[in-house]
Amino acid sequence: MKQEYNFSRRFFLKTSSALGALAFIPKGVKAFYEEVKNFIVPKKEQLPLTISINKKSYAIKADTRTTLLDLLREDLNLTGAKKGCDHGQCGACTVHIDGERVLSCLTLAATVPGKEVTTIEGLANGDQLHPMQQAFIECDGFQCGYCTPGQIMSAVACVKEGHTKSVAEIKEFMSGNLCRCGAYNGIVESIQKVAAQ
Amino acid sequence: MRPFLFSKSSAINQALAKKNNTTQYIAGGTNLVDLMKKNIAEPESLVDITSTLSAKIEPTAKGLQIGAMVRNTALANDATVMAKFPLVSKAILAGASPQIRNMASTGGNLLQRTRCPYFYDVTTPCNKRKPDSGCSAIHGENRMNAIVGYSEQCVAVHPSDLCVALAALDATVKTQDKSGKTQSIAFKGFHRLPGTTPEKDNNLPANALIHSIELTENSFAKNCAYVKVRDRDSYAFALVSVAAALNLKGNQIVEARLASGGVAHKPWRWFEAEQFLKGKTANAANFEAAANIAIKGLKPLSHNGFKVLMLKGAIETALQQCLNP
Ligand SMILES: Cc1cc2nc3c(=O)[nH]c(=O)nc-3n(C[C@H](O)[C@H](O)[C@H](O)COP(=O)(O)OP(=O)(O)OC[C@H]3O[C@@H](n4cnc5c(N)ncnc54)[C@H](O)[C@@H]3O)c2cc1C
Ligand code: SF4
Repeated sequence: MKQEYNFSRRFFLKTSSALGALAFIPKGVKAFYEEVKNFIVPKKEQLPLTISINKKSYAIKADTRTTLLDLLREDLNLTGAKKGCDHGQCGACTVHIDGERVLSCLTLAATVPGKEVTTIEGLANGDQLHPMQQAFIECDGFQCGYCTPGQIMSAVACVKEGHTKSVAEIKEFMSGNLCRCGAYNGIVESIQKVAAQ
Repeated sequence: MRPFLFSKSSAINQALAKKNNTTQYIAGGTNLVDLMKKNIAEPESLVDITSTLSAKIEPTAKGLQIGAMVRNTALANDATVMAKFPLVSKAILAGASPQIRNMASTGGNLLQRTRCPYFYDVTTPCNKRKPDSGCSAIHGENRMNAIVGYSEQCVAVHPSDLCVALAALDATVKTQDKSGKTQSIAFKGFHRLPGTTPEKDNNLPANALIHSIELTENSFAKNCAYVKVRDRDSYAFALVSVAAALNLKGNQIVEARLASGGVAHKPWRWFEAEQFLKGKTANAANFEAAANIAIKGLKPLSHNGFKVLMLKGAIETALQQCLNP
């Protein structure tokens, strides 16, 4: 999502003096020129951010456009949260902020300082898997595994929220996490197993 | 995404002072960040209002005040809302996903933009996205679009579920503008029909903030229902939805409320059908008659004729569900 511009500053300065030389620029051209100028010289901003992830504090500078998902994956090498659709439609990027499940692809990193982020990397206790991770293995809760970190983060929240009273309720409250392999039955079973513990 | 400056405001006056037509407020970000990624929204700066506005639900003399920053999950799960305005909970829980509802704010939900596929595709003409460029949907792929209240310029629908319930319950939107002036806008006058200015979704004054939503106590809590018909069982926008509420005395209808999503550019009230139900017996025959009044004269587009009968069924189902909520 970081955009590369093909226009250089020099191009802008050159065209700016060239266009300035034309005395009678029609209004439309002027407006177009303004648009191009704004596009070439946008207001970029790097923000210093201190963000707590899996109880560890990170100090980092990031472009305002950086989403939490890109910050995790591209800058901090925490690649557990996955980029599926990048538009909030698949749930592969699900993480917890202050204990609640959210979509990291629609969360700007700039909005996260002061909050606690938990990713799939922060679930296990040392070498001991989180009960939900263990259940996914035992119940075949995945096939290719791409959506799995998001599914597990969502499943942990689903149990914590208490939305496990029936298969229908589990399905409804897990509907924000899509699985192209169709491992849904195993996922529901994993959640039932952990909820019963 | 276009580069932008970012700041946070903790006071309302400060947030309002920063706002102009190249600046946008950001709340949950679930709609705005998406639109920015697609270069549909291109603000030069963002003002984070998550700690500016109230995230509280508070009792008032006449009912409840819901702060604009109350997240959708918190609103749906609030004990008072569930007891006194269960229609609001039902509508919210029929929308989006748990993750999105955790992020989405009440104010942002009202201001979310249409899901018309051409609005999202910047390579196609769209009057809402780019005034006077044309409407690709009116003779295009329009199965998700409007069946009532549209214009030659735009046939989009408002995608919110929460707003359908708020329309049915005659909520009020409290706004505050740059001069500090507050305004209370009746919900039915908040969202607009497209007419010749489809780029305008609502009547929020320029640069103003939504401060809160007010609900007045009513006699609809016992018998209400939200029915949403969509392409899959969950996590999809409505093809049609119906919020129904009945104030019953025995099996006589004292007052009825009927509103729909997925049919128009704004949450749509079926006033004539409501009027018909007033004083009638709550039974299948009257429910069907009311549904027939609602669908009379609807003008579906080339690909959404199916919505008319779907709507009729959804109205009847919702009214039936009011009797066994
Ligand atoms: C995949 C997906 C599925 C969805 N499904 C549904 C669904 O089925 N039903 C449904 O109803 N919704 C659905 N939604 C939409 C979701 O409900 C909205 O995106 C959400 O409510 C917007 O709230 P927000 O706080 O995130 O808004 P933001 O994205 O932060 O803001 C949206 C707009 O409102 C403005 N704004 C926000 N708050 C204020 C305020 N207080 N005053 C003035 N301006 C303000 C912002 O400037 C921006 O222009 C879905 C969204 C996604 C991504
Ligand atoms: S219906 Fe409205 S939003 Fe859709 S293409 Fe036409 S003008 Fe754009």
